[in-house]
Amino acid sequence: MKVDASNPLWRFRGITSTAMFFFAYLYLPIVVLIALSFNENRLATIWTGFTMDWYVTALSNDDMLRAAQNSIVVAISATVLATIAATLAAMGMSRGRFKGEAGVSAMLVLPLLVPEIVTAIATLLFFVALGIKLGLLTVIIAHTVFCIPFAYLPIRARLEGMDPALVEAANDLYANDWKAFRRVTLPLLWPGILSGAMLSFIISLDDFVISYFVGGAGATTLPIYIFGMIRIGITPEVNAVSAMMLIVSIVFVSISFMIDRIRY
Amino acid sequence: MSDVVISARSVGKTFGSGADKVTALDSVSVDIFQNEFFTMLGPSGCGKTTLLRLIGGFEQATSGQILLEGKALNDLPPFKRPINTVFQSYALFPHLTVKQNITFGLEMQGTSRKQADGRAEEMLELVRLEEYGDRVPSQLSGGQQQRIALARALAPAPKVLLLDEPLSALDLKLRKEMQVELKRLQTETGITFVFVTHDQEEALAMSDRIAVMKSGEILQIGAPREIYEAPTHRFVADFIGDSNFLVGELVDGGAGERAVKLAGGSVIALSQDVSDQRKGPVTVSVRPERLGLIAGNDANADQLTGTVSTVIYFGTDTTYQIDLGNDARLTVRMQNGAGAKADFAEGDRVAITMSPDAVRVLAD
Repeated sequence: MKVDASNPLWRFRGITSTAMFFFAYLYLPIVVLIALSFNENRLATIWTGFTMDWYVTALSNDDMLRAAQNSIVVAISATVLATIAATLAAMGMSRGRFKGEAGVSAMLVLPLLVPEIVTAIATLLFFVALGIKLGLLTVIIAHTVFCIPFAYLPIRARLEGMDPALVEAANDLYANDWKAFRRVTLPLLWPGILSGAMLSFIISLDDFVISYFVGGAGATTLPIYIFGMIRIGITPEVNAVSAMMLIVSIVFVSISFMIDRIRY
Repeated sequence: MSDVVISARSVGKTFGSGADKVTALDSVSVDIFQNEFFTMLGPSGCGKTTLLRLIGGFEQATSGQILLEGKALNDLPPFKRPINTVFQSYALFPHLTVKQNITFGLEMQGTSRKQADGRAEEMLELVRLEEYGDRVPSQLSGGQQQRIALARALAPAPKVLLLDEPLSALDLKLRKEMQVELKRLQTETGITFVFVTHDQEEALAMSDRIAVMKSGEILQIGAPREIYEAPTHRFVADFIGDSNFLVGELVDGGAGERAVKLAGGSVIALSQDVSDQRKGPVTVSVRPERLGLIAGNDANADQLTGTVSTVIYFGTDTTYQIDLGNDARLTVRMQNGAGAKADFAEGDRVAITMSPDAVRVLAD
């Protein structure tokens, strides 16, 4: 490793071991989880040999598949709704300045800071008060709400980086507002929208607390199903399902980052 | 060149309201003619860009009217005005190729693809970038982007082309090249150019007429030579080129002409037609290169005299700072060359010569 003398932290001798400890702390549990998903033994903690059987078991478990399907339905619906709302919000916030703009801006991202358990209970009480039957629909609505800020931030960042003269140039060249949006704003915004959508999808897919509260019977999502499995006992099947979720997450987050780096 | 294309009538524009109210334009009236290279010149905040944006339709006037060929433009959005703009940032669409940028306006107007492509070829040829149609803007240099922005704005053959300080992002050499290029494009296309700049040299070099603006008002409109040689306001004389200012009193100069008597007693003859009604203290301006120097002891009683305080040699010319006494100073610029007159040194007593037509009486 090349030592950069301009950074005083590099002069600290224990830097390498500290960094290694840090990364081990972050990733060792995950590495162990994945390793044990290939463990032959029924007891997840004792290694006896390599096998792919647990993946086969997991993928032929109907309850698990149903939960995964629920998760995907919820994630896709919430992503589409949240991304549309976030795009409109970002467009609205970027056009001109208005009174209380800072306040509205803060309100848009506030859901990121509210403790999830608070949101979960509040949402549950809200649905109960309105007499809405808990199910997949309530999960989708709740997910849409907390996905909006995640989708909003990358879209807003894109819009901020866009020269406002581009839209004026389109208007100047005989494009009405709709055409200017479709031909100029939207194509330039796409990477932000896609990146926001990917993030929303993953956040929704991973959510446990809110789904647990507002999902009724029949609305079991994958994280809730995994939680249920653990209560019965930790088998390598849980590890296999978790490993698969991890891979899906990594793929989506990577795509999101790569798209967000597109520059014209 | 007598048909009026753009006519601004008492156009006013204010931004904000209440205590934050800012007047960007204060009842500006101007006529811009067919096939003219018209420049709005002034420091930042003088309202030149606001007036340009009003003509383009990007802002709405608070009062007054803007007419295009006699028809009011007031409520028309930019996409319904046969006017195109070259933006300061160029604003080329980064996700489209050069050719797609150029055909954008034509396509929006409903021109067929084939016709639009033909026009794009024509435009690329006009700006001498035939080979660059398939590139994207980020692959072009600043000067090339500038030319594409021009080609894009000219492609729909607008009645008026607006240019918002388009050369400000270019380095000096490129800027000089583009000045020539812009002038050529204007002459070749015959389209009226309305150009905004704060660079007086640029304005003098390219324009048919210049409007000098300050604090939301047009102070003077005229050909570059007129603006330079016969400024009407102190601001104009000061903003464009260098000027000397002298304070004196209007007096009768004999033979029906008027003259200015300076504080020191010397009298400057005028050839300018100044109303007989005007009396009292006035400021006159005179360009440094329109002044001459002779040895002090050759002077007659009425002549302005002083002492050379600084001599700066510039190669093509030499600049003398003359101390007139009473805190008054003058700058005299004399060309160096074969026929150059005598040199003067610091401390020399000199008399200043000037022809009456070099002296301009300024409006307050």
